[in-house]
Amino acid sequence: MERIREKLSILADAAKYDVSCSSSGSKRKNTDKGIGDASNGICHTYTEDGRCVSLLKILLTNYCIYDCAFCVSRSSNDIKRAAFTVDEVVELTMNFYRRNYIEGLFLSSGIFKNADYTMERLLKIVKKLRTEERYNGYIHLKTIPGASEELINEAGLYVDRMSINLEMPTEEGLKKVAPEKSHEAVKRPLGIVQNKIQQFREERKLIKHVPQFVPAGQSTQMVIGATPENDMQIMHTASAYYKNFSLKRVYYSGYIPIRTDDVLPVVQPPLMREHRLYQTDWLLRFYGFNVHELLNEKHPDLDMQVDPKLMWALRNMHCFPVDINTADFQSLLRVPGIGRQSVQKIIEARRFGRLRIDQLRKLGIAYNRAQYFIVCADTPVGLGSLQDYQVRSRILNQGKSKYAPAFSTQLSLF
Amino acid sequence: MIYLFDKSFEGILSAVFDCYEYRHEVSRLLPADQAQQVLFEETHTVYSSSEKSERVWKGIQAKADAGWQRILYCAFLSELTEVHHTLFMVLVRLFAGQVNLDNYGDDAVLLLAQTAKKVEREKHRMKAFIRFEKSEDGMYFARIAPDFNVIPLIITFFKDRYADQPWIIYDQKRLCGVLYDTDQVHHIRKLPEDLSEHMLPDKPLQMDEDETLYATLWRDYFKSTNIEARKNPKLHRQHVPKRYWHLLTEKKIIWE
Repeated sequence: MERIREKLSILADAAKYDVSCSSSGSKRKNTDKGIGDASNGICHTYTEDGRCVSLLKILLTNYCIYDCAFCVSRSSNDIKRAAFTVDEVVELTMNFYRRNYIEGLFLSSGIFKNADYTMERLLKIVKKLRTEERYNGYIHLKTIPGASEELINEAGLYVDRMSINLEMPTEEGLKKVAPEKSHEAVKRPLGIVQNKIQQFREERKLIKHVPQFVPAGQSTQMVIGATPENDMQIMHTASAYYKNFSLKRVYYSGYIPIRTDDVLPVVQPPLMREHRLYQTDWLLRFYGFNVHELLNEKHPDLDMQVDPKLMWALRNMHCFPVDINTADFQSLLRVPGIGRQSVQKIIEARRFGRLRIDQLRKLGIAYNRAQYFIVCADTPVGLGSLQDYQVRSRILNQGKSKYAPAFSTQLSLF
Repeated sequence: MIYLFDKSFEGILSAVFDCYEYRHEVSRLLPADQAQQVLFEETHTVYSSSEKSERVWKGIQAKADAGWQRILYCAFLSELTEVHHTLFMVLVRLFAGQVNLDNYGDDAVLLLAQTAKKVEREKHRMKAFIRFEKSEDGMYFARIAPDFNVIPLIITFFKDRYADQPWIIYDQKRLCGVLYDTDQVHHIRKLPEDLSEHMLPDKPLQMDEDETLYATLWRDYFKSTNIEARKNPKLHRQHVPKRYWHLLTEKKIIWE
């Protein structure tokens, strides 16, 4: 018992820097009284840092032949090493799943011997879960860079999501911290899986029963703040990968310097920057923004004080104010303080009459922010003529940001 | 006139039936055990009958879409006296054609919709927070104590998901639960006397030998997956409210 406890804490500890935790997007159902289904997406608990725990996130082993400077498991790092057997991972997953602790398995691994040898082990685990245990829960598998196409294709038949990490936003950055790795080595497996997904989708149109292939798609992750890239470089990379490989998600992980000594103080990762990057990511995927509108040569970095949508609006005051009662879907979507759901509600509601300020507030929009950019039925004349810096200072002074302490250099007494 | 009912869904529907049958002017629907609150007004005790309630439910199906049928049922599951009263009043007005369920400006309609939302949220939390413990004979047992009576809403979910293992979900607050025997779901009342007769041996909650191991491993995992540098206890409590901690394997205090 002590040995398995130790193994789990070592291998869970090493896996936690992979931030992907999504367990939705798949449609796998429980068939013939097997166990589990993967069609929900449930966060079963939350750690004390506020991140959700939906998957059992572990490494098969943290032995690794590579020496990437940003990684805890790098070969030159003097840490405890451990490895699970195939059966141990299967047992753990099944027993956690049956007790409703988890929504599925997130399996990654350090690379031991070579890529194919590692990938074969991972494949053995997912295959055993699906065929012998008749397990239909969620499986997220990390593709091992350099693994053969046959192995990747076979694994794709058993898992729900596959991912492979870019690690650093640019090739140059990656070369600096991980000389053995390259973005090219990431593109190859992403491309293989993307083609296969496409191929299965085509076949499904013709044949009814085509096996599922990576039904929840692919994702990737970048470490932020370890290398000196600016926000523009990060988001341009993300946007290109979304486009070229039809990724479901790009994750951004604020770099936490790995402590070599417990005496050193805990260093805060760049949480605010991470948050702004995710907001930008959402604007690209759900709000019809183009990455060049938000980040370009003139504005290479995001504004830490205001969210990226407000930042864009302040730079483009000539697009506002928009009339709530006549504007089309796309222009409403670009108003700071109005989200996708609110836009839908506004369009529904204005069919029954011209909308007033109090009605907008009830619909749940952030009126304090939106008021400078919209005209409602009863908006007083004259509010729309403020300059961008005036709007900015009014918005910033009005509310107390929950992130305020992040900018304050004043030490608190208590 | 004040109506007294037995706190069941059938009861509310039967009350609607009675109200039309006897042409009563009803001012309030109260649970029968709160009858002592009534001082001067006349009361009428509603007898729940499946015949009456089925007729009323058919009527509701003709007047409200599937989404609203669910809202009405979820609002009932909140078990709040005020909401039960509102539900009754809305139904009476619905049959009189005096209420439009799309009109969220109507306070009664809004209350039902908002309450249903709360119940649905609790349902979702239960899907996440239920923790099974495996007993000696292979039964997976979970205790819950939700704010609202959400068991009826989660049965199908757990039946589909854990189709090959027998399980019990038992509501400690309401002293009732459901048992799945890998074939059918049965409703159970009062543990453990009832249960020990047909499902479990004499000592009903003798744990499986591996139970402690996996519970310990889960607690270990929960600790090691936390990133100390990102600590955010407020956010943690928002996602996992304290009132659920005593039944969560990873959060409850273990006395050793």
